[in-house]
Amino acid sequence: MPAHNTSGHAGEVVVRGGTLVDETGERRGDVLVKDGRIVAVEETIEAPKGAVVLDAAGCVVSPGLVDLHAHLREPGGEIAETVESGSRAAALGGYTALVAMPNTEPAIDSGAVARDVLALGEDALAEIAVAGAITVGRRGEKLAPMAELAALGVRLFTDDGRGVQNSGLMRRALEYASGLGVVLAEHCEDLQLAAGGHMNEGPWSSRLGIAGQPVLAEELMLARDIALVRLTGAPMHFLHLSTAGSVELVRAAKADGLAVTAEVTPHHLVLSDAAVQGYDPVFKVNPPLRSASDVAALRAGLASGVIDAVATDHAPHAPERKEEPFDEAPSGMLGLETALAVAYGALCSGKGRAAADTGGSGPGGSGAEHGWVAPEKDSPMSLRDLIGAFSWKPARIAGLFAETKGGLRGGFRGGLRGGQGGPIQPGAVAHLSVFDPSAQWVVDVARQASRSRNTPYAGRRLTGKVRHRPRGRGRRPRRRGAAMTPARRRCPAGPGRRSAVGEAVGVRP
Amino acid sequence: MSLDEITTGRAATAVRHLLSINDLDRDGILEIMRLADAFAEVSERPIPKVPALRGRTVATVFMEPSTRTRLSFETAAKRLSADTMTFTAASSATVKGESLRDTVETIDAMGIDAMVIRHHASGAPLNVTAWTKASVINAGDGTHEHPSQALLDSYTILETLRARGGGDGPADLSGLRIAIVGDIKHSRVARSDVLAFAALGAEVVLVAPPTLMPASLEGWPVTATGDFDATLGDLDVVYLLRIQAERLGEVLLPSLDEYHWRYGLTRARAAALRKDALIMHPGPMIRGVEISPDVADLPASLVTRQVRNGVLVRMAILFHLLGSGEI
Repeated sequence: MPAHNTSGHAGEVVVRGGTLVDETGERRGDVLVKDGRIVAVEETIEAPKGAVVLDAAGCVVSPGLVDLHAHLREPGGEIAETVESGSRAAALGGYTALVAMPNTEPAIDSGAVARDVLALGEDALAEIAVAGAITVGRRGEKLAPMAELAALGVRLFTDDGRGVQNSGLMRRALEYASGLGVVLAEHCEDLQLAAGGHMNEGPWSSRLGIAGQPVLAEELMLARDIALVRLTGAPMHFLHLSTAGSVELVRAAKADGLAVTAEVTPHHLVLSDAAVQGYDPVFKVNPPLRSASDVAALRAGLASGVIDAVATDHAPHAPERKEEPFDEAPSGMLGLETALAVAYGALCSGKGRAAADTGGSGPGGSGAEHGWVAPEKDSPMSLRDLIGAFSWKPARIAGLFAETKGGLRGGFRGGLRGGQGGPIQPGAVAHLSVFDPSAQWVVDVARQASRSRNTPYAGRRLTGKVRHRPRGRGRRPRRRGAAMTPARRRCPAGPGRRSAVGEAVGVRP
Repeated sequence: MSLDEITTGRAATAVRHLLSINDLDRDGILEIMRLADAFAEVSERPIPKVPALRGRTVATVFMEPSTRTRLSFETAAKRLSADTMTFTAASSATVKGESLRDTVETIDAMGIDAMVIRHHASGAPLNVTAWTKASVINAGDGTHEHPSQALLDSYTILETLRARGGGDGPADLSGLRIAIVGDIKHSRVARSDVLAFAALGAEVVLVAPPTLMPASLEGWPVTATGDFDATLGDLDVVYLLRIQAERLGEVLLPSLDEYHWRYGLTRARAAALRKDALIMHPGPMIRGVEISPDVADLPASLVTRQVRNGVLVRMAILFHLLGSGEI
């Protein structure tokens, strides 16, 4: 591991020995970063005196990951997560940017709240973009001030946690948004059809006596929204799709040339509703875990590009809330620290070693062992395509691909935003992720950066781990180093460290 | 494990809890039946009490109201000489916002051997096993299972057939055709009865309008129909479930009258049954909805017999989980 005491040095970082993977292709190379920007990409680069050297041997060096869907719980839910703790989790997962969902308390439905969250993001370990609510209070009744939010740099709008139930209102929202250069994102769930269901409706819900929500609750709203895109011409993004029927609807919409994009979560790529049989609320999530055939369709949809992005839907909840009975516990799972490894294990690792990665489920196993869908044997997706679904594709959807001036109008110290997911080339902002595809590790809840513990992967062995996550300089920190202390404590071998070169988060193997 | 294996029963090894009928296999169920027979003899004694569980403590934890099941378990525990304590949601820290885990750990800390739990959420008894060293007995969880009810139902059928045979009865329920009629979708009694009746060899037919059927019966050892009248002639047992008025608000039924018209056990339907067919109901029974007022009082109705046997079977369950040696 490199030395991390980089302050006072020349602000130079060399990422050495890795395979560079980006939208343009794949090649061997070292990367020299200076003052937060890539200044050289060569076959081999000799480290300048005083430079930090990040060992990337055997690793894939890619643009930083971009999460379209993270619940950072601030303001209002700080007992479960904060922008600071969530961004630390993001850094450990290889993310250099994420979109904070607006279902906070109060909701991000005004310039004031958006400004607050963006200000918290100034000190965070990843670039924090915010999604604005489509409707005031996410109540689905009247439009939020989308133009005011757009002027603050908000590019994604959603009432996530709830779909916009009123079709007429959704039509007007799309029409109003179409002049603003923003994208509306839907949590597709018809609440009448979902009827308060706590899991997927099917054989397992019937047997377990848990109210189910049918796949149609998602697909019907998705079909409606696709029809509204056709009517209005406004682009839409579909959050956390979970059913085979949804994949087909998006495929057909894209074939018709409609401006739609879609994401899938890591957990919907590896878990089926059989996981609920132990009544462990850690497996309660919305949309719910679906059948194994839905999982297969989502994997195929991601591999074929029908689904554009993997997004975490990182949804922290305080431990005591997740100890309530299944019917009463809140929905959601952590995801930021494990997302790439989980998706990699499901889709790219198949060469014989995959079977061990998802853990066995012997006949005597506890109920929670069930529901893990075996990884694809023939690796239907290349690692580069997978990273595309984690990086440059979501960066474009979130409006973070292009480099722009600081987002807060008349506000905070200027600086750049965006520049996420772009090719690794001189001049680019050094938002990078270094992923070791051969590393094996066991998820240790106690070592996660999140304030919450609700990860379904606790104790499971994953393949592939983020080793480093250099990040280009954004804004100058207001409190130099203050936000770093907890990261240092949790990751003794590779603390995030703010310096003249931005940050170099290392993760102990 | 496949859904099929779960549904059709797996062998129990060293049972500590009774959460589902699947925690017992056919032999386990029959063992409960044998113990219940023995306790039937005890209950005929002048002092209907045995010292089998002396010094043991049974806590009843009822997070939703159910006086009859709670009294049945407490009576059973007392007849086995166990000490009992009662915890009900209305009179407890739960209303002050205490979590289920804290409640359970508090009761556990008092030193108990069994916890009989009724909870409005499916799976809560399974969750509870992580927080107590006691044997956990599911006294009804949400819309999941109610295993003691299914065991007393099975016992009541077997006992009735034996009495008819002059003391000589079948070993199990093989060859019987049993209809369970009503709100299958929301019924924990139905889920346990299906498993118990099927494990004992009965053929089970579920009768309900589609809105009150589970979304999927994949893996259930049953047949299903919406036509009650067509099933009547060849039934050995008609098991009626309670219809709750809130199903109207959920738009699952147009009216209780229409339900009664299609699925109520009216005098006409009772007349279409075979003469020896048995009529059962887990209670509380709503006369005029699932059953006509006069039919409930026919000789074929086993409803009060079910209540009496409830105590015997719950004695058997407690002894099976906690007892050792002689009764």
